Amino acid sequence: MPFKILKKEELVQDIHIMDISAPRIASKAQPGQFIILRIDEKGERIPLTIADFDRDKGTITVIFMVVGKTTMQLASLKAKDELLDFVGPLGLPSEIEKFGTVLLVGGGVGVAPVYPQARAFKEAGNRVISIIGARNADLLVWEDKMRDVSDEMYITTDDGTKGHHGFVTDIVKQILESEEKVDRVVAIGPPVMMRAVAGVTAPFKVKTVVSLNSIMVDGTGMCGACRVLVGNETKFACVDGPEFDAHLVDFTLLMNRLAMYQPEEKASLSKYKCEREGCLC
Amino acid sequence: MPVLGRQDMPRQDPDVRRSNFEEVALGYSEEQAVAEAKRCLQCKKPKCVEGCPVEVMIPEFIKYAAEGDFDSAARQIKTMNALPAICGRVCPQETQCEECCILSKKGASVAIGRLERFVSDYERRRGVKIPPAPPPSGKKIAVVGSGPAGLTAAADLARIGHSVTVFEALHEAGGVLIYGIPQFRLPKEIVKAEVEYVKKLGVTVLLDSVIGRLETVDELLAGYDAVFLGTGAGLPSFLNIDGENLNGVYSANEFLTRVNLMKAYKFPEYDTPVPKTGTSGEKLWKGKKVAVVGGGNVAMDSARCAVRLGASGVTVVYRRGEEELPARAEEIENAKEEGVKFRLLTNPVRIIGDDRNWVTEIECINMYLCEPDESGRCRPKPLEGTEHRIETDFVIIAVGTSPNPLVPGTTAGLEVSKRGTVVADDNGATTKKGVYAGGDAVTGSATVISAMGAGKKAARAIDGYLGGK
Ligand SMILES: Cc1cc2nc3c(=O)[nH]c(=O)nc-3n(C[C@H](O)[C@H](O)[C@H](O)COP(=O)(O)OP(=O)(O)OC[C@H]3O[C@@H](n4cnc5c(N)ncnc54)[C@H](O)[C@@H]3O)c2cc1C
Ligand SMILES: Cc1cc2nc3c(=O)[nH]c(=O)nc-3n(C[C@H](O)[C@H](O)[C@H](O)COP(=O)(O)OP(=O)(O)OC[C@H]3O[C@@H](n4cnc5c(N)ncnc54)[C@H](O)[C@@H]3O)c2cc1C
Ligand code: SF4
Ligand code: SF4
Ligand code: FES
Repeated sequence: MPFKILKKEELVQDIHIMDISAPRIASKAQPGQFIILRIDEKGERIPLTIADFDRDKGTITVIFMVVGKTTMQLASLKAKDELLDFVGPLGLPSEIEKFGTVLLVGGGVGVAPVYPQARAFKEAGNRVISIIGARNADLLVWEDKMRDVSDEMYITTDDGTKGHHGFVTDIVKQILESEEKVDRVVAIGPPVMMRAVAGVTAPFKVKTVVSLNSIMVDGTGMCGACRVLVGNETKFACVDGPEFDAHLVDFTLLMNRLAMYQPEEKASLSKYKCEREGCLC
Repeated sequence: MPVLGRQDMPRQDPDVRRSNFEEVALGYSEEQAVAEAKRCLQCKKPKCVEGCPVEVMIPEFIKYAAEGDFDSAARQIKTMNALPAICGRVCPQETQCEECCILSKKGASVAIGRLERFVSDYERRRGVKIPPAPPPSGKKIAVVGSGPAGLTAAADLARIGHSVTVFEALHEAGGVLIYGIPQFRLPKEIVKAEVEYVKKLGVTVLLDSVIGRLETVDELLAGYDAVFLGTGAGLPSFLNIDGENLNGVYSANEFLTRVNLMKAYKFPEYDTPVPKTGTSGEKLWKGKKVAVVGGGNVAMDSARCAVRLGASGVTVVYRRGEEELPARAEEIENAKEEGVKFRLLTNPVRIIGDDRNWVTEIECINMYLCEPDESGRCRPKPLEGTEHRIETDFVIIAVGTSPNPLVPGTTAGLEVSKRGTVVADDNGATTKKGVYAGGDAVTGSATVISAMGAGKKAARAIDGYLGGK
């Protein structure tokens, strides 16, 4: 049962957005959940967070960054192309309640998974403060959409081309040290960023939630590829998560395990590039 | 001329098969099949049938085979068993039909499984005939999981005219048959062909459908008259020892899924890898050492896959003795022929890695057996002071699985045991009205044929339930 791509755009360099027709998934999707897709028969199963969903149109939106073979191949697809497999919604939904003030932090492509949560937190009656960060102004994703669902919004860029010159953690710290009483922090982005945010919020004892992007195969709890250590207990990110208490997560293990296939990922990417662009070697 | 001895089945030579994923057992020739079939005494009260959970009419099909009428033989089997080419390969026949065969007491039983394999392969090669469709009953049944339990229940229900939809979480139907049992024991083309047959009986298979997340069982009950749960026992157990999350440590499920379902043995043609790729043209695990923990079929399959990936030293580490190895004798023999080493009465206590988080050694302790436990087996105890280390590049943990909690966790009123298995009576009826279950989801890890037997019983019970509805 192939799944049709309805829309595909490059949002900023190397970050793409795609709408896929998947009515059954769209009718069930909730913030915090993800899908697993496979492009073709020989493809790998890769997880992507549900960045948005439209129950009426029956679509799921994903935003992905080109980091290797599968995401590069995915970026080469166009509207009307089809994906062979599209499974979801997987993982536990985010805990959305009226907590009071919620601080949402999205780094790079991490803004995509943060957006539906920001919207849901807002709808649940929270005061929503958002911080979105990127390497430079040209790489900021979904700034407008985030602004629409935030009471207050901050932008940070590593090179200072927009907003605060520095990291998202600088603003997190600033807010936590201010008068503002923050009841919950949600941070999604590269593991280094999530670890840094966890480090900043820990002394303030604010519950902080992160979404872990461990390597996955089935996404149903069958293989254990996605195992992470949380509070010294092994958990399967695909069914017990992907969101966990940031202060209990062993980020070093997460990063070590993410590096497990680096040589194979490189080999796969260069083979793909060779086939597509003609081999120079 | 009557043949006294049982016909041997030709197999690939160990030195050749060590480096390919082709099927090990090659199957009978027509002459061998006829000769073997002629050994059957056509008993008036055939004992063999009592050993078959799906009630294959053994003497009847063997009679056709003895006459060389393999098509009729295949059709005869298929009235009871929708997956004969699978059963003929992976049924533990020595403890099922063949153990009960009268001839087993007089030397060697009739090779029922090999005959079943032969006739179904014969039929498949010549094009499978689909029995005429029964009149539709108007009833709809949802089957969750497309393993042997689900496929059997679906086929049986479809054959009596019910409309059946199978929901499968993965992108391929077959359950363990497709993601777990390796190509060289059960070629995936055969699983696909038998799944195709089930579909042609009128069963709809919806892949990529994770029940509990996409639809709940209660939601299924709103659109279907009954639900069968054949969700298996796919949750891998770990040892809970230090170092288990190091890179290079796999659950057998992950390793086998990568290798079988995702075809990692064909990386980089297929995208999913196993790590430490050799230079191009080399075997993926050339020169690597692999330790497999556990002693069942899953451990043997893992060890034999590792051999085929090119590993130079594959060791099975098992805490009990040779006698207690739960794997089929035939598989242990095959593994040994392929060069797999066994370290028995040995148990891992921790896994040691380097500064890059990669496994380097596994620390074990020697064990001894003392008084038998509830299961009648001997409980192993550690021999203090015998700690030692085994150098290894990979560790594959094959110490069992338990049912996946996804469906029970999202279904109110479905009782589950302490071990996580779905509680069901002999006919598969659960504590929830209209919901039946069978296979590994109910028993914990067992066998293909017991799962199929459970699917068959549940199909009968569901039909009865629908009749009264
Ligand atoms: C729950 C979850 C949600 C995610 N959501 C998003 C998202 O919304 N947008 C986005 O851009 N990325 C997301 N990711 C990461 C995304 O899955 C990986 O970037 C992608 O798999 C890379 O595949 P590749 O072949 O292009 O790159 P590869 O060359 O295979 O790998 C590049 C890096 O991606 C990671 N990776 C590789 N294979 C997998 C795998 N099967 N599963 C998970 N990670 C893998 C590794 O860290 C690796 O170093 C998510 C991951 C998880 C687990
Ligand atoms: C490596 C290995 C080798 C084996 N070798 C043998 C052998 O030689 N002989 C033998 O007799 N037995 C063998 N077994 C055991 C045998 O395979 C199992 O007992 C049998 O497959 C159980 O069948 P089942 O239908 O109950 O479940 P499974 O085969 O486990 O199938 C369950 C299916 O349900 C799907 N599922 C689970 N949850 C959901 C959900 N929420 N929504 C949708 N779908 C879901 C799964 O994806 C899976 O496809 C082996 C097992 C393994 C792992
Ligand atoms: S299905 Fe299995 S148990 Fe039944 S006759 Fe065939 S091989 Fe024997
Ligand atoms: S018990 Fe053995 S000999 Fe008798 S009918 Fe069955 S297979 Fe033939
Ligand atoms: S991805 Fe396989 S168990 Fe989580």
